[in-house]
Amino acid sequence: MISSSTIPLFMAIPLGGAFLCALLGKRVKSAADGIGIMAVVGVFMLSIFSVITLQATDGGRLTTAIGNWQAPYGIQLVLDSFTSFMLVTVNLIAFLVMIYSISYMTRYTDKWKFHTLFLLMLAGMNGVVITGDLFNLFVFLEVASIASYALVAFGTGKNELEAAFKYAVMGSMGSLLILLGIGFLYSYTSTLNMADMAERLQLLGDSRITLTAMVMFLMGFGLKAAMVPFHAWLPDAHPSAPAPISAMLSGVLIKALGIYAICRLLFNVFGMAPQVSSLLMVFAAVSMAVGAVLALKQWDMKRLLAYSSISQVGYILLGIGIGTPLALLGALFHLFNHAVFKSLLFLDSGAVEYATGTRDLRKMGGLSSRLPITSGSTLIASASVAGIPPFAGFWSKLIIILAAVQAGYWFYAAWAVVISVITLAYVMKITRYGFLGRIKKQLEVIVEVPAFMRIALVALALICLLGGLLLLPGVREGFLGQASDVLSRGVVTLSEVVR
Amino acid sequence: MNAYLPYVMCIVLFCLGVYAVLAKRNIIKILIGLCIAEYAVNLFLILVAYRVGGRSPIFSSTDVILPDVMVDPLPQALVLTAIVIGLATTAFLVAIAMRLHDRFGTYDITKIRELRG
Amino acid sequence: MSREHSPGMSVIVKMVTRLTAWVILLYGIYIVLNGHLTPGGGFAGGVIIALAFVHSVLAFGKDEASKIATKAGASMVEALGAILFIAIALLGLSWGGFFVNFLPKGTPFDLVSAGTIPLSNIAISLKVGAGLFSIFLTVTILMKSEEKK
Repeated sequence: MISSSTIPLFMAIPLGGAFLCALLGKRVKSAADGIGIMAVVGVFMLSIFSVITLQATDGGRLTTAIGNWQAPYGIQLVLDSFTSFMLVTVNLIAFLVMIYSISYMTRYTDKWKFHTLFLLMLAGMNGVVITGDLFNLFVFLEVASIASYALVAFGTGKNELEAAFKYAVMGSMGSLLILLGIGFLYSYTSTLNMADMAERLQLLGDSRITLTAMVMFLMGFGLKAAMVPFHAWLPDAHPSAPAPISAMLSGVLIKALGIYAICRLLFNVFGMAPQVSSLLMVFAAVSMAVGAVLALKQWDMKRLLAYSSISQVGYILLGIGIGTPLALLGALFHLFNHAVFKSLLFLDSGAVEYATGTRDLRKMGGLSSRLPITSGSTLIASASVAGIPPFAGFWSKLIIILAAVQAGYWFYAAWAVVISVITLAYVMKITRYGFLGRIKKQLEVIVEVPAFMRIALVALALICLLGGLLLLPGVREGFLGQASDVLSRGVVTLSEVVR
Repeated sequence: MNAYLPYVMCIVLFCLGVYAVLAKRNIIKILIGLCIAEYAVNLFLILVAYRVGGRSPIFSSTDVILPDVMVDPLPQALVLTAIVIGLATTAFLVAIAMRLHDRFGTYDITKIRELRG
Repeated sequence: MSREHSPGMSVIVKMVTRLTAWVILLYGIYIVLNGHLTPGGGFAGGVIIALAFVHSVLAFGKDEASKIATKAGASMVEALGAILFIAIALLGLSWGGFFVNFLPKGTPFDLVSAGTIPLSNIAISLKVGAGLFSIFLTVTILMKSEEKK
């Protein structure tokens, strides 16, 4: 349905929409909303078509060269199953968050600036996922990062500015480390195309330069993915941003920029070495513990959810570290699930803040009587985070734990189960203090949130409920199975990518 | 060792920039440290492209210049892009620093600590 | 003898700026248009064009210089530059690829040659010049509102 020449549209449509918003947004009323919705719907449709097209393509891969300059001299855009999986995840969440933000952002001034920056961030994320060239990945990573720094500071209150400053300085440091790694790799292999670099690295063998580059990449992309010990920006940045931006940041940005890049580089370019995977597993275990334990003592709802993000990213990294095909399937499924339920939880906290004006759990209580849809979707999302059957989160955590047991890592499997119990504890904290119980006197007059916000919440809750169906035998091969196959097949050389 | 000396100086410059980001209390000094680190990485990229006795990679209409004697032009394009990205980040951070001074009344980062826990 | 309540700098600076701002602008346009022949191109030329406007704002004060370039005008030019760049890229799609150089390439070392590259240079220079000028205006307007408190 889509041909290889429409691949660049994934980044051209949001970019064009962003600049059209900047041009027309101030002059024409509600033009920014319209352009934003049309751009996001367009890219979402294209991503669904890309999954369907890849089923019919032999080799499971579409490539195009920018400007018809052939690889390895030109920039290549490669669309394989892992890419289309990430594209569907990113654009689905962006679509629902855009619907939500039509009514939520009326409380802020200058909505057209929000839509411009949002579409720029989406263009950056799409660009990171579809590119096959290492420096192009860095450029789009920076586009998305700088747009997200500006979006975190959108309200220009005291907390937002402090959080945005910390996030920007640490994010820039991470990007500089990535650029240094790219410099080392270029000096060793003298090419920037990822497939060509994989081929030359196999010929030239390992040396201290590749070790240095790998360490730089782990540090830089680990900072983008909020891996412990590079996580310190996340608990400040995610609560201070407006709720739709928290949902995008926690739901898709840390995955598209951090985890996707780590997977792509470690599996398809460098080839996974056993020391690197055990290092990743250690970082993952520490992330799970730090995130879960620190989430228990938070009383600010969004800060609790931010620490929970660190913990769940630890689960995904554990699956990637184990490296067997079953573990990779579990990790990618958990990536999809976490994108859905974490963005649903952040949108819920935004709805609670819209209705009651507070984020502090001690000041809430009994909201389920006045806000039925918000509390219903929060309960569904919380059950999914905690891993209660039959919600989607249960299946993905089960697959990761089973893969750990199958590969012989008994300690990590037990660790994952223990952290699961702590996860259950902190989501019960949200539901018990926020939603159950008796409602306070001054909160009795609140009403349910506007229609657009409700549509987004209900849609995400439905996906949470039905997410387990992605594991049915027919559907599993098409969507998740092929994506994890791309990773477990190992190094991809240039002759496979060039047609 | 002499052949690697420029690269070592680049890494030393990068470490100086990181030291300024970590140890200084004034927001503007942290910004300057970040800029120094960024200059160090750009310099490293250009040094990767150097060839002893090479000339600049520009063709001329009057003489014939073979591409073998030119330095590598690809990292120069990378550095151009990296400089633009650094400019955008610096402009953003300067605006944030000015607004922080507006709200908090100070440029001292140890006094801007409302988010904790 | 300087008077504090007259905006901008002294009379000598204003007289010289009337000449040098145009020279800087012309130099910037030269760097942009020869981007495919000599070093420079869109970004460097755009920075120099922005400097010409910054020069006149510094010398004349914001209120008089706003007759030439305002913040709203700079925003519009910036967005137009970016849309022009993406339009050139998307037009290549009808000639067989994204970003394909579809105009005739001409002979090397001519001013009109190399296809769409001079057009991309002009688009980038518009965006960068207008962007840097609006960054400068934002920073100085913020300083002025701070001093008034």
